[in-house]
Amino acid sequence: MAPAGARQGKVMKKFEILNTDLWYNDFKALHSVSMDIEANQITAFIGPSGCGKSTLIKTLNRMNDLIEGCKVKGSILLDGEDIYGNIDVNLLRKRVGMVFQKPNPFPMSIYDNIAFGPRTHGVKSRYRLDEIVEKSLRDAAIWEETKDRLKKSALSLSGGQQQRLCIARALSVEPEVLLMDEPTSALDPISTAKIEDLVTELKEQYTVVIVTHNMQQATRISDKTAFFLLGEMVEYGDTQQVFSNPREKRCEDYITGRFG
Amino acid sequence: MRGVFLVAALASVLAVALICLFLFAQGFPAIMEIGPLKFLFGTEWKPKQDIFGILPMILGSVYVTGGAILLGVPIGLFTALFMAKSCPKPLYRFLKPAINLMAGVPSVIYGFFGMMVLVPAIFELFGKRFDMMSGDSMLAASILLAMMILPTVINIAETNLRSVPQELYEGAVALGASHERAVFKVILPAARSGVMAAVVLGVGRAIGETMAVKMVAGNQAVLRLPHEFLKGVRTLTTNIVTEMGYVEHGSLHNGALIATGVVLFVFILIINMLFSVLNRDLPRRRRGKENAPNLSKEGAAL
Repeated sequence: MAPAGARQGKVMKKFEILNTDLWYNDFKALHSVSMDIEANQITAFIGPSGCGKSTLIKTLNRMNDLIEGCKVKGSILLDGEDIYGNIDVNLLRKRVGMVFQKPNPFPMSIYDNIAFGPRTHGVKSRYRLDEIVEKSLRDAAIWEETKDRLKKSALSLSGGQQQRLCIARALSVEPEVLLMDEPTSALDPISTAKIEDLVTELKEQYTVVIVTHNMQQATRISDKTAFFLLGEMVEYGDTQQVFSNPREKRCEDYITGRFG
Repeated sequence: MRGVFLVAALASVLAVALICLFLFAQGFPAIMEIGPLKFLFGTEWKPKQDIFGILPMILGSVYVTGGAILLGVPIGLFTALFMAKSCPKPLYRFLKPAINLMAGVPSVIYGFFGMMVLVPAIFELFGKRFDMMSGDSMLAASILLAMMILPTVINIAETNLRSVPQELYEGAVALGASHERAVFKVILPAARSGVMAAVVLGVGRAIGETMAVKMVAGNQAVLRLPHEFLKGVRTLTTNIVTEMGYVEHGSLHNGALIATGVVLFVFILIINMLFSVLNRDLPRRRRGKENAPNLSKEGAAL
């Protein structure tokens, strides 16, 4: 198991992943992954395509349930509770929000996009919804651009704006964890920079797990980095250590660009 | 070689143009002779006395079609949602061909089913209580038409629901929405215009249906109100087919029947126009390729 890497004295574990295997039908996509994800930190998953990093992030809010033939063994604890045990999956997904690779705003107004989540969880008061919409958009640093056009279709926004809208939408249900699956891979450099700044601010309030193909991005924003290869977690530690002084040869090869 | 294609394409245009020409050339003089208002809003149809009012038939078509939509669209929509979003694969492999088969059953067979099953069942249920002469009724026609429009509604709605990107569904579910909420609040609104198109085509199918309706609707050219759904009714289509056989060629009666066809044709034109308006904003955002063949095929069936 990877060392917990406690830098600042007390570290809260948000997720504990214990000996987790995952199959897609006969294909084993994760091999006995064990790691802790710390609260209020940004944890980056890196590795070549098909290494299992996206698969792992989707086990954290059980989005893998949607894939036919997907089977998980082992246990994943969120605040000590097994999320593959007897829990309400919808409630889990409220606590563990997700931002996807491709911006996926709903084809409705900007306001309704944000209000969808709180409405799902029973918020009806117009006043309260207004509050949540404003706060979420502000937290996702897109309020100024959208405040005068909340009734306009979300599809009228640019790609980068759409992705920030999706972050705002994820924040609208007050999650504890934010999972981001390559959130900037479809965006231009300026939008990417905006989202990176945003993510860095978000860690004050949220635990962030981010999958990225971009190693500069991992070094820029993450506190911890996990390197995956062929469904195995090869190395996990403080980002600085992983990139400047990797313990594993395979990790070093990947980081220095010898493959991948 | 291109000429061959052009001729083929022109042949179908020519066919439509000829039908228009024939209908309007023969129907218009009759409408003028009867008087457009008397023809469209006249409540009596008595060919022997040269009284030709088709309001009962217009309303008959509207009632029967409305009933079919009321009964068929919810069922069709739920089926389409089920098939697009939650149907297990083995069941789908059985369900899809079954529905396609439904579309292929000749309307006279539907008519027989209506005569042998629906009409007696309705008579059994309501006959005594409501003093019915037979089970032939608006209700029987509506139920039968509801069945007949199902494959149209299901197939088009399903295609359009499927073309909604899966990412939207995932986005909703990732916020903690249940499967049902994601489907009803995100997928269905996203496919709204496609679903409306399905309904419009269903209307077109129902309003144009002749044979099956003739066999179960009771065929009474009497002005009805909607609550008289247990009574017999005559539609535009059945009006034509009932009397075409014995009408004297060149008579005003003959002209009035063709004029009934003109009215029906105008209805269909309006429906087709509605359909193309609804369809216009479909392929822009989604993969139009997936929709187009299916839609045009169904559209042509009108």
